[in-house]
Amino acid sequence: MSSQDIPEENLPSTQDAHGGAVTKTAGDPFADPGLPPHEPRIQDVDERAAQRSERVVAFLFLLSMLATVGFIASYVALPVDKIVYIFPIGHISALNFALGMTLAVALFCIGAGAVHWARTLMSDVEVADERHAIAAEPDVKAKVMADFKQGAEESAFGRRKLIRNTMFGALALVPLSGVVLLRDLGPLPGTKLRKTAWSEGKMLINQNTLQPLRPEDIQVGSLTFAMPEGMKEEDHDFQKEIAKAALMIVRLRPENIKDKRELDWSADGIVAFSKICTHVGCPISLYEQQTHHVLCPCHQSTFDLSDGGRVIFGPAGHALPQLRIKVNDKGYLEAMGDFAEPVGPAYWERG
Amino acid sequence: MSTTTDNRRKAPAGERVADWADGRLGIYSLAKANMRKIFPDHWSFMLGEVCLYSFVIIILTGVYLTLFFHPSMEEVVYHGSYVPMQGMRMSEAFQSTLNISFDIRGGLLIRQIHHWAALIFLAGMFVHMMRVFFTGAFRKPREVNWLFGFLLFVLGMFTGFTGYSLPDDLLSGTGVRFMEGAILSVPIVGTYISMFLFGGEFPGSDFVPRFFSIHVLLLPGIMLGLLVAHLILVIYHKHTQFPGPGRTNKNVVGLPLMPVYMAKAGGFFFLVFGVIAAVAAIATINPIWAIGPYRPDQVSTGAQPDWYMGFSEGLIRVMPGWEINLWGHTLVLGVFVPLVIFPLVLAAIAVYPFIESWVTGDKREHHLLDRPRNAPTRTAFGAAWISWYFVLLIGGGNDLWATHFHLSINAITWFVRIGFFVVPVLTFIATRRICMSLQRRDRDKVLHGRESGIIKRLPHGEFVEVHEPLSQEQLHTLTAHEQPKPLELEPEFDENGVARKAGAGQRLKVKLSKGFYGEGTQIPKATREEYEEITSGHGHH
Repeated sequence: MSSQDIPEENLPSTQDAHGGAVTKTAGDPFADPGLPPHEPRIQDVDERAAQRSERVVAFLFLLSMLATVGFIASYVALPVDKIVYIFPIGHISALNFALGMTLAVALFCIGAGAVHWARTLMSDVEVADERHAIAAEPDVKAKVMADFKQGAEESAFGRRKLIRNTMFGALALVPLSGVVLLRDLGPLPGTKLRKTAWSEGKMLINQNTLQPLRPEDIQVGSLTFAMPEGMKEEDHDFQKEIAKAALMIVRLRPENIKDKRELDWSADGIVAFSKICTHVGCPISLYEQQTHHVLCPCHQSTFDLSDGGRVIFGPAGHALPQLRIKVNDKGYLEAMGDFAEPVGPAYWERG
Repeated sequence: MSTTTDNRRKAPAGERVADWADGRLGIYSLAKANMRKIFPDHWSFMLGEVCLYSFVIIILTGVYLTLFFHPSMEEVVYHGSYVPMQGMRMSEAFQSTLNISFDIRGGLLIRQIHHWAALIFLAGMFVHMMRVFFTGAFRKPREVNWLFGFLLFVLGMFTGFTGYSLPDDLLSGTGVRFMEGAILSVPIVGTYISMFLFGGEFPGSDFVPRFFSIHVLLLPGIMLGLLVAHLILVIYHKHTQFPGPGRTNKNVVGLPLMPVYMAKAGGFFFLVFGVIAAVAAIATINPIWAIGPYRPDQVSTGAQPDWYMGFSEGLIRVMPGWEINLWGHTLVLGVFVPLVIFPLVLAAIAVYPFIESWVTGDKREHHLLDRPRNAPTRTAFGAAWISWYFVLLIGGGNDLWATHFHLSINAITWFVRIGFFVVPVLTFIATRRICMSLQRRDRDKVLHGRESGIIKRLPHGEFVEVHEPLSQEQLHTLTAHEQPKPLELEPEFDENGVARKAGAGQRLKVKLSKGFYGEGTQIPKATREEYEEITSGHGHH
């Protein structure tokens, strides 16, 4: 569209009468020249351009309607489990893709239409509005202060101290009921965090096979997870118990065990450590065969299983607790008691 | 009114409804003040709208999800349509999330819109908050609204955390375990809080239903109230604007609410919703079916929280594992210190407006925004804060940085430990210098005009670049800002020789004020005299 097609009387040059012409403020070159004149858009001066905008907006709204029809059609027509290949995304749920895209088009077109309408057809003449100070005028303030004073006097709040003090007392006490009601949210800690499901004579059960472990099942360089005998996944407190009892077992060459107590508590070079990280309780699951380091994947605390579970890197504050084990007369690994210290994250009463 | 007698014909239906409402609600007075309310135009003013609309989208989709989600930790065996998990033990919460994703038509889409909108909501609030910060929009009279917005951001974080923990999947369960471990580190009351929150030992069977009521009722309820208050204050204060010709501290220049902003803002809601729907259609988020149900003895590698919790993850990952054992008790500094710093990181940015207003002693209302370069100390502080936040984000993803960039995780951890203290300082210094360079550039532009790129050869052979003088609009825009002067201590003896020593608070304030606005913190803007001297000269380039 060239400017020659625009009717003469609509051109900006003939419309400038209302445009708030700028007069250079005498003197100060930095003075505020006031609002610049309005620059007309092509839609302001050419009715055909305005009609084109109108058609664009209407087309977008129409497209939105079609997309909504498409949404309902996809909902009815597409099976929920159909997977299709869409380039370049890959194999995805056909229904999710169809519903999402039709909904997106239906919504986006309404928005695009409305914004295009506002930008091309609604007036874009900038208007200035006055601001008023937020703070009240002095006489308003004086009136409020006087009213308040009168109200306070009429209540005798300041004069009758007995009422005031007892009221404060009552209001201070009454929320206590609410606090007391929260007591039964849970039990008191007691020694719950000190005890686990392990006790003397409980065999170590392989978590994958659910069979008791024999020393020969455990090879040097492998990491085995175990739980105490008698625990079942169906138990209602299984999650709570496994959160403390989870155990990891590795076999080391006895001469590689640097810590004397660790050696004493091992059986045939097999050592059992708590799987629960002493930092904030993630299960440790990465084992480095060569160095016998285990790493917690959550915060990268690293422990040396050949040196009493000592922390060698990361944010954990103390060594992994070791479980004392032996081989019983039937040839199975069994615990010689519970962990000597609490497993998992440290806490105030841990000591 | 006389019109009642001669106006026998009935008013149009719309007007009659409006009359009815006005007689009971007084809507005409409300509309008189607000229907043609002026809002200024700038792309950065849209950021807050993104937050508002994504919040509405989250509420809409969240209500839908509650129709199908079962907030229960009852253990069940899965027999649904997702074959790989058939026969697995899981909580009802996890099972119902699988059902939403695989059996309910459109359920997956709504779940993904909900989660994506939550990420965008938090990101939007972060960027919006930075916009408000760097332009000084938080100054009087808007400090209270700054705090409302800050609270919305913090509550949004916790609403997000409680929300993504609800499916009871392996990833979110690990996050909840982390939270429990952090609570345990609190001296004296840690174990009690943990037992009360989880109804006993972790994980128990209470936290999903409890998180559910916090996530769908308590936090969104508070947020809705804050949001309404936030918007009412925006309307009451009238929006800030950037300086420019015709724009003063006493007016607001822009376009009226009806019709322009009704169409633009209303339309923008649909744009935001449409974009989020498209993202949810093509990009999977939180695929709990690939993660599996939670078991406290299992974990996956690369465990990451949603992005807005990443900085707290960084704090906990890089803190040295200090523990103090004394008199039978343990002080778990390695976890408790990050837990204390976590709110302090957020508070550092929240209190800045109050520090600035105290240091400047400025009690005036400010409705004109600052360009960030014109407030170098503030801009440098904000940039330093962001750099601090990002250093912690690197710490929070140290495993991913290590695997993706083939770096040593130990080296990254040490970088973050040192960077936590050093990077913000360096960023502060660098940003302030950049701001001053930009001020110098503005000054040159005002005095010498815009570089036109045209080289002129003078008769005696010298080459000069032709500079185009700026228009008065541009000159005004570049010189409209204020340059505060640092406070001075009053003389120790007044004119009568009576000692009046300044208190410690006053001395600190003056010292800070010198740091904010004293020497070497800003380039004096061009004065009228300088401008006139240069422009009146001959043969000047």
